[in-house]
Amino acid sequence: MTSYIIKRLLGTIPVLLVATLIVFMMLQLTPGDPVLLLAGERATPERIERITADWGLDQPAYMQYFSFLGRIVQGDFGISITRNRPVMDLVKMSLPITLELSLAALFISMIIGIPAGIISAVRHGSIVDQAALFGSLLGVSIPSFWFGILLMLAFAVRMQILPTSGYGTLAQVVLPAIALGTAGAALISRVMRSSMLEVMQQDYIRTARAKGLSERIVIYKHGLRNALLPVITIMGLSLGWLIAGSVALEMVFARPGMGQLLVRGILMRDYPVVQGMLIILVLCVIIANLVADILIAMANPRIKFD
Amino acid sequence: MAINDSFWQIFSRRKSAYIGLFIIVAYVVIALFAPWIAPHDYRAQDRTSIMEAPSAEYPLGTDRVGRCLLSRIIYGARISLTVGLVAVGIGASIGLIIGSISGYMGGWVDRVVMGLVDIVWSFPTMLLAIALTAILQPGLHSVIIALGLVTWPEYARIIRSQFLAVKQKEFVEAARSVGASDFRIIRKHLLPNSIAPIIVVATLGMATAVLVEATFSYLGLGAQPPQPSWGSILSMGKDFIYHQPLMSIAPGVAIMIMVLGFNLLGDAIRDVMDPRLKK
Repeated sequence: MTSYIIKRLLGTIPVLLVATLIVFMMLQLTPGDPVLLLAGERATPERIERITADWGLDQPAYMQYFSFLGRIVQGDFGISITRNRPVMDLVKMSLPITLELSLAALFISMIIGIPAGIISAVRHGSIVDQAALFGSLLGVSIPSFWFGILLMLAFAVRMQILPTSGYGTLAQVVLPAIALGTAGAALISRVMRSSMLEVMQQDYIRTARAKGLSERIVIYKHGLRNALLPVITIMGLSLGWLIAGSVALEMVFARPGMGQLLVRGILMRDYPVVQGMLIILVLCVIIANLVADILIAMANPRIKFD
Repeated sequence: MAINDSFWQIFSRRKSAYIGLFIIVAYVVIALFAPWIAPHDYRAQDRTSIMEAPSAEYPLGTDRVGRCLLSRIIYGARISLTVGLVAVGIGASIGLIIGSISGYMGGWVDRVVMGLVDIVWSFPTMLLAIALTAILQPGLHSVIIALGLVTWPEYARIIRSQFLAVKQKEFVEAARSVGASDFRIIRKHLLPNSIAPIIVVATLGMATAVLVEATFSYLGLGAQPPQPSWGSILSMGKDFIYHQPLMSIAPGVAIMIMVLGFNLLGDAIRDVMDPRLKK
């Protein structure tokens, strides 16, 4: 088990290297002087000099990359041009806001997706199954940011029972979480359905039925337990996907999370912020997938760890 | 499995395939004939009717600068379809070339390419596309290139596995024994066998591309004014959500139906080709 975790951890290194390389290349490939991109166009000569020295910008590109790596490992992403504060401070403020939305959306997608998938599989081919399948097709076809706008229109503008924006209270996370979670629910219900269908055809289910167990016990005790395994993997993937998807919903609902900082950073050419947010967001997604992989390895005795 | 008579036979029995196909054809017609269908020019600003409610002159009302909302949505179909087609074209071409080389050469080339595929795949698509857009500067061209660079591994992986499966078959041996060149074998014998799964991924990829374009344009990273992208219209609509709710609804309906069309068609073709999933 330990060796599996170590192997899996080592496997994330190339991904992290490529991620940091892309973010590093951002400065090299963007038209303009990298120093000015980092310091801002109205930077004083002293600041330009300091940033050149700090980031090693007077050295060859590969040395710049290593000093860039060295800095981000220490959590130093530089100073935001537009906000004039260390990017790491912004990360600390915005990360919980993004995680709150992503986890709430994951919760929503599970409480909709798992039961929908089970019912769909148990009543395979029925009207309920057809409706659930169409629902999940609709779920992946609706842009989640627009679903958010619709929810806002209905519950905040018309009925005025939930707030349109902000963060901090439960009421403020409900609408964006539903908007984001619906697409996740579509994905999870599909996986749950096909996994459940597959499990229900296994020999041990036939044995359980032959023993004379009630259909309820066969489905929930023998079927569901085994069918849930692939859903754990897809939950990790979903969480990664939801973290990335929260970018648009943070803009819709004016939540000052990492996605909002990232998009505003791109539009205002605040490169230190863009770099910092991208790296932390990618890191979050990688960790989510890693945790899911480890969970599934622990839950499934058939996986060999060596 | 190549596209053949039995494919069309099964395909023609599926209602959802027809619905999907109908939706897409309808959008293509709207996009092609936009100047004749739209009641107004999408850029025309009518200073005397700003933020107006629907009327005979402006069936869906007007926006902040007095432009016809319906006309802008009709022209918006052009942007969605163009971005989707070009992005899928770029992604499929890169994937086709890299996957072919990888599958045909095998050995260390194959291992390097598949390692790259794995790395690109471990990235969250949305974040990678945002990063590329930040490098290329916001604009539709960036969204197109970013989508192409993010989606190629899927095509590469399919084409490669098809190559590996077909490589051992007798008709390829036969072609080689009569002196066909490598390039000819790829073009004449291997590619036709890989076309069908590529069509599935490309159709579903169109759905993704339309969604991503709308999202990016909403965020201001895609289409720039005055381009009438559905995402951009929604972005302006949100500022006037209290006064002009139609501007927040109509473009989204257009996106949803188009994406649904591509998803219905893609799912139908996949089910036809993979009888295992049909049960």
